[in-house]
Amino acid sequence: MTLLDPNDAGMNTEAEAAPVPPKATSFALLGPPNAGKTTLFNGLTGGRAKIGNYPGVTVEFRRGSFSLPGGEPAALIDLPGVTGLTPRSVDAAVTADVIHGRSTAIEAPDVLVIVIDAGQLRRHLPFAIEALSTGRPAIVALNMADLAERDGVKLDDRALEEALGVPVVPVTATRARGRQALLERLGEARPGPARTAADARKLADEVILEEPGLNTATRRLDRIVLHPVGGVALLLAILFFVFQAVFAWATPFMDGIEAGVAALGQAATVLPDGPVESLVVDGIIAGVGAVVVFLPQIVILFFFILLLEQTGYMARAAFLSDELMRRAGLHGRALIPLLSSFACAIPGMMAARTLESERDRLTTIMIAPLMTCSARLPVYAVLIAAFIPATEVGPFGLQGLVLFGLYLAGIVSAVIVAFILRKTATKGGQQTLLMELPTYKLPQAGDLFLGLWGRVKIFLRRAGTIIFAVSIVLWFLVSYPGDTLRESFAGRIGALLEPIFAPIGFTLEMVIALVPGLAAREVAVGVLGTVYAVGNAEENTGQLADVLAASWSLPAALAFIAWFVFAPQCVSTIAVARRETNSLKWTVFMVAYLFALAYLAAGATYWIAKALS
Amino acid sequence: MRTLSTLRPGESGRITAIEAQADLSQGLAEAGFSVGDEVEVLARGLFGGTPLSVRLGRAVVALRRNEAEAVRIS
Repeated sequence: MTLLDPNDAGMNTEAEAAPVPPKATSFALLGPPNAGKTTLFNGLTGGRAKIGNYPGVTVEFRRGSFSLPGGEPAALIDLPGVTGLTPRSVDAAVTADVIHGRSTAIEAPDVLVIVIDAGQLRRHLPFAIEALSTGRPAIVALNMADLAERDGVKLDDRALEEALGVPVVPVTATRARGRQALLERLGEARPGPARTAADARKLADEVILEEPGLNTATRRLDRIVLHPVGGVALLLAILFFVFQAVFAWATPFMDGIEAGVAALGQAATVLPDGPVESLVVDGIIAGVGAVVVFLPQIVILFFFILLLEQTGYMARAAFLSDELMRRAGLHGRALIPLLSSFACAIPGMMAARTLESERDRLTTIMIAPLMTCSARLPVYAVLIAAFIPATEVGPFGLQGLVLFGLYLAGIVSAVIVAFILRKTATKGGQQTLLMELPTYKLPQAGDLFLGLWGRVKIFLRRAGTIIFAVSIVLWFLVSYPGDTLRESFAGRIGALLEPIFAPIGFTLEMVIALVPGLAAREVAVGVLGTVYAVGNAEENTGQLADVLAASWSLPAALAFIAWFVFAPQCVSTIAVARRETNSLKWTVFMVAYLFALAYLAAGATYWIAKALS
Repeated sequence: MRTLSTLRPGESGRITAIEAQADLSQGLAEAGFSVGDEVEVLARGLFGGTPLSVRLGRAVVALRRNEAEAVRIS
């Protein structure tokens, strides 16, 4: 629970991902949130850093490479967006460490590229002056020059350059031509003279020739979006729409993938009968196929998350939920890590670094696994398809409503857990909220694609490695020795655990799926695919959902769903929690409380459903 | 003595002083609050009028009532 260790392994891996020749000059992008650093990074490197439009999205710095105009290779580091270099937050501390060469994870950059918003010069100039006072060679990029010009901002960048003593270049990071001027002048970077904040004020008056008021479109939109009642209604409508879309739009693509997997399984039957054919068809194709089929849903969910970030809506969502979050003992800014946790708790926990107070950070990390991550979607989707009828309730599909309810269950328990934690273990601490609401922007297709591609890659890599390996191991465990599931290794491990889970209605097959599901939640679906394909290979060639609907009782299926709302079924999340809290005690606490909640919730669901049916 | 937290949406004032602990003062300064500048309240939250969204020049900043109470205005 102390500050982040900059030497930690995650950052080293990040640095290794983009190999850069050792002698290359290194440049670091340094700037306040929303100045467009990440877009500039993507533009220069063609890189894959995640981009967002709300403060603090660039939690970790990223590293890439690009070519200088002369063709020499250069390294580029994307530092976290910070409003100042005084280490009030973990982000600012990391940034200051890198600049001063105190970080061992990344080399001290040779040149600082200070990225500020041309349209916000008055606010950002003190930051530029603070950054120059580090004495490092620097160049100033006046980013979003096109938007500033469109709004009618007029700057005397020559006078600014003269006053700062370093090159000052207007840049439009979204266009290659707009980045060219910066590339050409990178070689002129030099240390600037030290100045004070008071100088910044005077200088701003001198170099800002014309400065119109707030962007009128943003002002008008905010009247609706931030309306105390209408805005909250809009936020709920947007969230609801996203979750309905995840289910409805993905269906045709999922059907296509399913058909492809089935065809592949058919094609593989040309292999000679025996263990090899069984391994390929029942082990690998059934196991991996059952997980890959959820790719469309994950793509759609991430498309919306990235879109909301890029347009500037995400910070508004944080604004609207702040008071509610505060009452639960959380920070409005925690909405961003928590919303990211809907995709995966790992980026969510890492995004919690933007929280300034240690206690806020810890509370947010503890509840992040309660947000329904995308790995749970495959489990929910298959069980909902199997046990919830596809009927309509008013204008909505019942299946979509149940999914919405499961997300809601996670959120409500997170609020309760946070509230209890803030009254006990993470008590005290002054909380403040100071967050820029960025100007609304049209999303950048390129940045959106890169962000989405990054997520798809992570998902497919997991399917290709962890799930592939687990599928093979499991196929072996369920196939040997003996002819029936109960005789196999998997059956014996499951049988050992079965008495623990019997009171909450779990069958042997369910318990078998839980054990390897600890590696990653979506593996449970693959395991069920393997378990049933192997156990009933002759009769059941139909889809997994149909098989489950035929073999599980409704109360047991509902209990299984309830288990997945809470259970910390993911080794990577636990490992990241250990790293981010830097405390074994807190990690053990998190895992224990989640398992306890899962057991109680599954038990309650089973017995209530049994009593009602 | 009025503070930013007394303003309703649409009202504005000029910052006369920032009275807070060092940490908060610095945060407010980094967010762009400086003595002599105009600040306009654009929107306030449903419950207890917090958080507030305020305009500082060309930028919009969100803050809670506690933070707004540290900003004296005239």
